[in-house]
Amino acid sequence: MNAEFKQSILDALNNPNLAGALGRFSEAYRTSRAKAYQGIDFESLRTEIAAVKSDAAGRFEELADMFQRNAEARGTKVFRTSDPHAVNQYILKLAMDRGVTSIVKSKSMASEEIHLNAHLEAAGIEVSETDLGEWIIQLAGQRPSHMVMPAIHMTKEEVADTFSDKVEDGQQPDIPQLVKFARNKLRPKFLAAEMGITGANIAVAETGSIVIITNEGNARLVTTLPKIHVAIVGLEKLIERFKDIAPILTALPRSATAQLLTSYVSIIGAPVPNTDGSPKELHIILMDNRRNEMSRDPRFKQALQCIRCASCLNVCPVFSLVGGHVFGKVYTGGIGTILTAWFDALKQSDEIQSLCIQCGACKDVCPGKIDIPDLVLELRRRLAVEQGQPLVQKAAFSIVNNRRAFHTVLRAASIAQKPFAKDGFIRHLPMFLTEMTEFRSLPSIASHPFRDVFKKIKQEVRPHATQPKPEKAAFFAGCLLDFAYPEMGEAVVQVLNKAGIEVVFPEGQTCCGAPARYSGAYEVASQNALDNIRALRADEVTYVVSACPTCTVGLQHDFVANLESTGHTDALPAARALAEKVVDFSTLVNSLVEQGRLKFKDGIAPQRFTYHDSCHLKRTLRAEQTPRKLMQQAGYELVEMQQADMCCGMGGSYTLKLPELSAPILERKLVHIEQAGVPLVLIDCPGCVMQIRGGLDKRGSTIKVELTAQRLAENFQ
Amino acid sequence: MTAITATFEDFKLRAEAVGAQVEKVPNKSAALDFIAGVLLREGIADAPGARAVWAHCPAISSADREQLTARVPGIQFDVTRDNAAQAIAGISQMDWALADTGTVVQIADTVDQRLVSTLPALHIALVSTASILPNLPALLSRVDPRKTGYLAFITGPSRTADIERVLTIGVHGPARLVIVMVDELPSNKIAPEKTTSDKIASEKMAVSQ
Ligand code: SF4
Ligand code: SF4
Repeated sequence: MNAEFKQSILDALNNPNLAGALGRFSEAYRTSRAKAYQGIDFESLRTEIAAVKSDAAGRFEELADMFQRNAEARGTKVFRTSDPHAVNQYILKLAMDRGVTSIVKSKSMASEEIHLNAHLEAAGIEVSETDLGEWIIQLAGQRPSHMVMPAIHMTKEEVADTFSDKVEDGQQPDIPQLVKFARNKLRPKFLAAEMGITGANIAVAETGSIVIITNEGNARLVTTLPKIHVAIVGLEKLIERFKDIAPILTALPRSATAQLLTSYVSIIGAPVPNTDGSPKELHIILMDNRRNEMSRDPRFKQALQCIRCASCLNVCPVFSLVGGHVFGKVYTGGIGTILTAWFDALKQSDEIQSLCIQCGACKDVCPGKIDIPDLVLELRRRLAVEQGQPLVQKAAFSIVNNRRAFHTVLRAASIAQKPFAKDGFIRHLPMFLTEMTEFRSLPSIASHPFRDVFKKIKQEVRPHATQPKPEKAAFFAGCLLDFAYPEMGEAVVQVLNKAGIEVVFPEGQTCCGAPARYSGAYEVASQNALDNIRALRADEVTYVVSACPTCTVGLQHDFVANLESTGHTDALPAARALAEKVVDFSTLVNSLVEQGRLKFKDGIAPQRFTYHDSCHLKRTLRAEQTPRKLMQQAGYELVEMQQADMCCGMGGSYTLKLPELSAPILERKLVHIEQAGVPLVLIDCPGCVMQIRGGLDKRGSTIKVELTAQRLAENFQ
Repeated sequence: MTAITATFEDFKLRAEAVGAQVEKVPNKSAALDFIAGVLLREGIADAPGARAVWAHCPAISSADREQLTARVPGIQFDVTRDNAAQAIAGISQMDWALADTGTVVQIADTVDQRLVSTLPALHIALVSTASILPNLPALLSRVDPRKTGYLAFITGPSRTADIERVLTIGVHGPARLVIVMVDELPSNKIAPEKTTSDKIASEKMAVSQ
């Protein structure tokens, strides 16, 4: 990672305003968003939006033709181009031809994408942004840091200073006064401008109309006062039918600003009369800039379902720490990384893609139903293919995949405490197990890995009366449980035995492939999949169980995906057969309880606990309520912490590559845990246990952190 | 009747939640009394910088206009860019109201409708109780987008949260929105007249054919 990029992260983290403002916002946003969506079935709403947008993305040119026909029939001029420079030239020429000297703009991301302002200003035309946030940014000579709130990174003091410096001396940091100042200074510009430029939130092909939403009312002025209106519309704004505006207008304000509707929505379908009675000159520019190419990409077509609400930024644990500027460019956050890779260049996303910790919080709230983390991974994969896998990384994975050797290396590192930490080679291992970190204590590596411990376990399998036939489970350990926490594995075996299930530990099992997959090394991940499919012999067992959600997701979902993306189609049937048998520990235990095959002990002393959601358990396996329920059935009392589903900052090797970010994400989690005021945290992921236990230990906390499986093992008859 | 009242209550709740003021009156003359009162309290007078602009309203007759100017000198019914920019209040009649978001909607093809509702700091919106619709889909099925040039939705006053996310009212548009819901108000044009641009377009088509 280049030093400049790391420095930009550190600068952002050290900016006290950012951390405070964004952190508070992210918390407040969750609540107000939930309130705005009250009474609405978000899943079906976003399914509808995704269908409408995906359909449009499949036929941009057809819809653009339709839009053009319908808009032109009513007197609008439509200009279509794939070339961003042609947009700048078209607008400049129009301005020159009409003798335009000043332009007012309402918000248009597309215009920022093509650096329109600079182009017009270079020709001596005055361009004023009129969205308050955009105006502040323009005056300050900065870039927007958030798609909806461009100046969210600035304090009122900074805004006052900017106004004083650039417009008129003596402005005080009083927000209502600053807003009034903006109104008074921009009003004459609206009245004087000969041209207004806007973006559009939706373009309806069957009617040739555009939809513009704002809260400030600036777009109404921009489209009413100047005699020329130019709207720059990215092709992804096209939809076919007028009635399909409804789902988008239902979701966009709720997701963007937690409003039921923005103050203003304007649907413009034709040139309307100007204030002097002449008809308005209305130009609509349909801009491609790689959107067509993107729509033909089977993976990335999905990203065109974005309605630019920015809710993915608002819930992102990384964005809420560093803000938008670290992402560079025009579009920020996870979706911004994807758009930058396309609208700019793939290599521009090389560093910013590494900011994503893959927690999945964004994809849960995305009204366009876009799997943002998956697309970020796909960027990572393509970058890895383009740049080739570094030799050290190759060597590192060969160690990871050799379980015995890996254990030996880890154990040696753990005993010696730090010898490999600085070694370039070791940096590519999932060495979160041994990396010295200031913010977290480390688990010691067990002298005997679980695979050896397992052989000594005496399994007492009591077949249950209701059980139709003897059952066997293949246990998939995963690295943490195997090497650092064998006692967690013992707990799993114990519980399953009590339910009448015999556990086998297939020796040939290796890494689940997550470290390779999350580094974009899909060939390695595929090899992991092949090795594990062979070793686990799914056909010989009833279940394949793991107590690590990341491994479970690997076995159940990623094996198939890895093999597909690397062309190993012959292995797919076996991968699918395996996936069918895979179940995460809590889900299995829950069904065993329901079948009456596991019973809680009587008279369990009630205890208070709080629960941390592991990203994969909640967002991919959707099983986050199960462990809560089981512990409550056991007689425990659940005290929810704030933002229980906010990532803990572990993210596999993320904690190693970006400790600067992992540490503050953990810090926030620890504060929430402490605020819950209970002596016990239960978690379903060994990785989160390691991160949180290590963090609490460093703080000298007495709060206990355990895998739910361990608590369950103690409490079953 | 009860259904309509319930819808009005929903509308009022939503509109007030976003900072609009909602007043329900039985008929046009009560509406005009109310508006005249608001304007007088705002200090509307026939003096520079103290006037109000009133856009064409289907429900308001020329006799109404004369009466109004007699009661509140300073109301201008001839709306121009300049007098709207100087005015402190603007009045217009909206075509629909949406109960589930507290929104008022208008076919605003003629520019005076937009001038009076964007430039002055106070916007007074007349709307008929009978025009309340439950929601956006109900509206979209009623308007013909091929016949409207500019469909305008207004939900509460102009607002921003661009500085430190602090909600501030009245940026570029009106800081105050007063919605006067009239039970018996001649309802608006449901089928709008052709816009200038439509006429131009159809003339052009006639030429090219
Ligand atoms: S997956 Fe998590 S870290 Fe990545 S962009 Fe989404 S919210 Fe941010
Ligand atoms: S990716 Fe989804 S959440 Fe993010 S801005 Fe686009 S629509 Fe909104």
